[in-house]
Amino acid sequence: MDWDFIIISSVKIVCAVVALLTMVAYSVLVERKVSAFIQDRVGPNRTAPPLVAAIPVIGPFLVRLGIFQPLADGLKFILKEDFTPSHVRKIYFWLAPAVAMVPAFLTIAVIPFGSTLGKQNMVIADLNVGILYSFGIVSLAVYGIVLAGWASNSKYPFYGGIRSSAQMISYEIAMGMSVVPVFMMVGHLNLSEVIQAQADGGWFVWRSPMTFLSFVIFLIAAFAETNRLPFDMPECETELVGGYHTEYSSMKFALFFLGEYAAMIAVSSLMVVLFFGGWTLPFFGLNQPAESLGMGLLHIAIFLGKMLFFMVVFIWVRWMIPRFRYDQLMDMGWKRFVPLALANIVLTAVWMWWMA
Amino acid sequence: MSAPDLLFYLFAGLTLLSALLVVANPFSRNPVTSAMFLVLTMVFLSGLFVLLHAFFLAAVQILVYAGAVMVLFLFVIMLLDVKEEERRRIKAFSLGLGATGVGGLFLLIVISIFKGESGAGGYPRIEGSTFELGRLLFTNYLLPFEIVSVLLLVAMVGAILLSKKDLK
Amino acid sequence: MLVKRAKLSWLERLYFPALLGGLKITWRHFARTLFKKAVTMEYPEQRHQLPAGYRGAPYLVKDPDGNTKCVSCQLCEFVCPPKAIKIIPPGPDGQPPDRANAEKMPREFEINMLRCIFCGFCQEVCPEEAIFLKEDYSLVGLTRGEMIYNKEKLLQLGGTHHGPIKKWEQKLREARAQEAFPVKQG
Repeated sequence: MDWDFIIISSVKIVCAVVALLTMVAYSVLVERKVSAFIQDRVGPNRTAPPLVAAIPVIGPFLVRLGIFQPLADGLKFILKEDFTPSHVRKIYFWLAPAVAMVPAFLTIAVIPFGSTLGKQNMVIADLNVGILYSFGIVSLAVYGIVLAGWASNSKYPFYGGIRSSAQMISYEIAMGMSVVPVFMMVGHLNLSEVIQAQADGGWFVWRSPMTFLSFVIFLIAAFAETNRLPFDMPECETELVGGYHTEYSSMKFALFFLGEYAAMIAVSSLMVVLFFGGWTLPFFGLNQPAESLGMGLLHIAIFLGKMLFFMVVFIWVRWMIPRFRYDQLMDMGWKRFVPLALANIVLTAVWMWWMA
Repeated sequence: MSAPDLLFYLFAGLTLLSALLVVANPFSRNPVTSAMFLVLTMVFLSGLFVLLHAFFLAAVQILVYAGAVMVLFLFVIMLLDVKEEERRRIKAFSLGLGATGVGGLFLLIVISIFKGESGAGGYPRIEGSTFELGRLLFTNYLLPFEIVSVLLLVAMVGAILLSKKDLK
Repeated sequence: MLVKRAKLSWLERLYFPALLGGLKITWRHFARTLFKKAVTMEYPEQRHQLPAGYRGAPYLVKDPDGNTKCVSCQLCEFVCPPKAIKIIPPGPDGQPPDRANAEKMPREFEINMLRCIFCGFCQEVCPEEAIFLKEDYSLVGLTRGEMIYNKEKLLQLGGTHHGPIKKWEQKLREARAQEAFPVKQG
């Protein structure tokens, strides 16, 4: 056993998880701010720890930005009464939030979030089957919701759980098939290889019509997988009260909440890696692995920037489009996207055969 | 004992334990609990695949079995009356039948283990590479592969046919 | 009634025009809030411009001479729909009024602001113009007891009412003219 490897990996894991948690907390703030601005409101602009507002100029500005709101939210969730209704199935009721939270965190293990820093590759585990691993882990996320719905033992959460199990399986198929053309072109399932292929031959979004179609299907399926509007059938406030988390309160609810945002971050990073060149940029020689420390940090920043763009897309779309009807959702998944993705695979195969 | 060996015994033990808890859980006769333990069994099995360097199989094991098939199982179980399942008594006849079947299978495996040449295992051919697996599926094992696909298609068509209320 | 579903064109069925439309609208609002101003009024710092005749919390007022106008007739107590007002009159041998020409004064006058619905019936019914709905609309207190306003508090909050009619002065003049003095000199 190589002790260097263990220590460096642990450092990477701790950094990635801390960064992810921070980003989750702040994406909630971004969500609230963006939604407020779209609705002509101001959004969170009051919360401030003591004395901060007294700092001249910058203090009031930070407070208006709501930069301390996530801290207050977290504190509120921790201090709230953790209430377990008497009619629930206790073990699963307690298990479900954790199961909902964990997969999103596991997904980031295979995502290359930078080129190199010093001599280290900026990826926690450079698996040969990276994409399959991440799909496998993402597919486990459904258990959290299904178990929550079932364990709550009341009708609206149950509907939410049932809906989510059907929805997430359906869109997993479309999502999995949509990325097949990309891997046919790369010829490898490793995500670092995918980035390398894009550094050499241009990003997959606009490399060919087939990969663009892949991206569109993947994007839409990602919305369904993360239960975001317009596909947030499992919670669907107007129909199901709160869906699967109706009976949850306090930190257990917060875990669902954070899990949703962590899943958004995971899927955004997947999109960046698969279609938008990961940490590369096609100019200033930024698509080669970094030699210096500064370049390495710059690559991480580029990756985070692209990911944040997709986070904003996720958030923006929520306030842009109304919710779909459930039958429309399933109709779209099975009758449109699955055949489209299949046709896309065949088309790509024919095209590659033609070119070869 | 090296780390992989230790991990093998860990995963094998956990697989067996959770597989046992699927069918004979002394604490709960809830079908959902059984299903969840089956999911755990799948996850530990994929751990065993990882130890064999069969990453593709490990990932697919989780993706297909734990992620899709078991979710559908759970979906169906949730729609059933769980209480009724919990109340159901185990009949001596079915218990005996099951025990005989499992015992026979176990005996068969033990006999074949002891008859086989020891130490002739070698590395499995499906190790790691997805290329290799794909090539094998489309050359040596093309016929079984296609037959399995047709079987699945037949099952699907049959299910649709059965679920249709009125045939026109 | 049967509403015909609109026939969508091929492009519309693709959903993209709707997406673009949504993006346009949301971007317009986002940009306006970002670069100009949100419609939100930031409440504790900015307050509503209250229109004349706004009905806030009812308070007791004093006349320009600094005298309590209320004569404890209990009409407001009677008319109050949520029974928020409680008046204790002085009784036959109670405390005399604190100024001339008053028949009687309330010994205690309480308004429970938790019950008050700001309807303005008390102001409407008051024969002495002694109670007015003022402009306060956010009343706070840490206990229920704190929210029951007593006479002193109501008078202090109500301030002075500068009405054109000065009933007491007129009464005094009339009394002087008639040389009748059941009323004490002021």
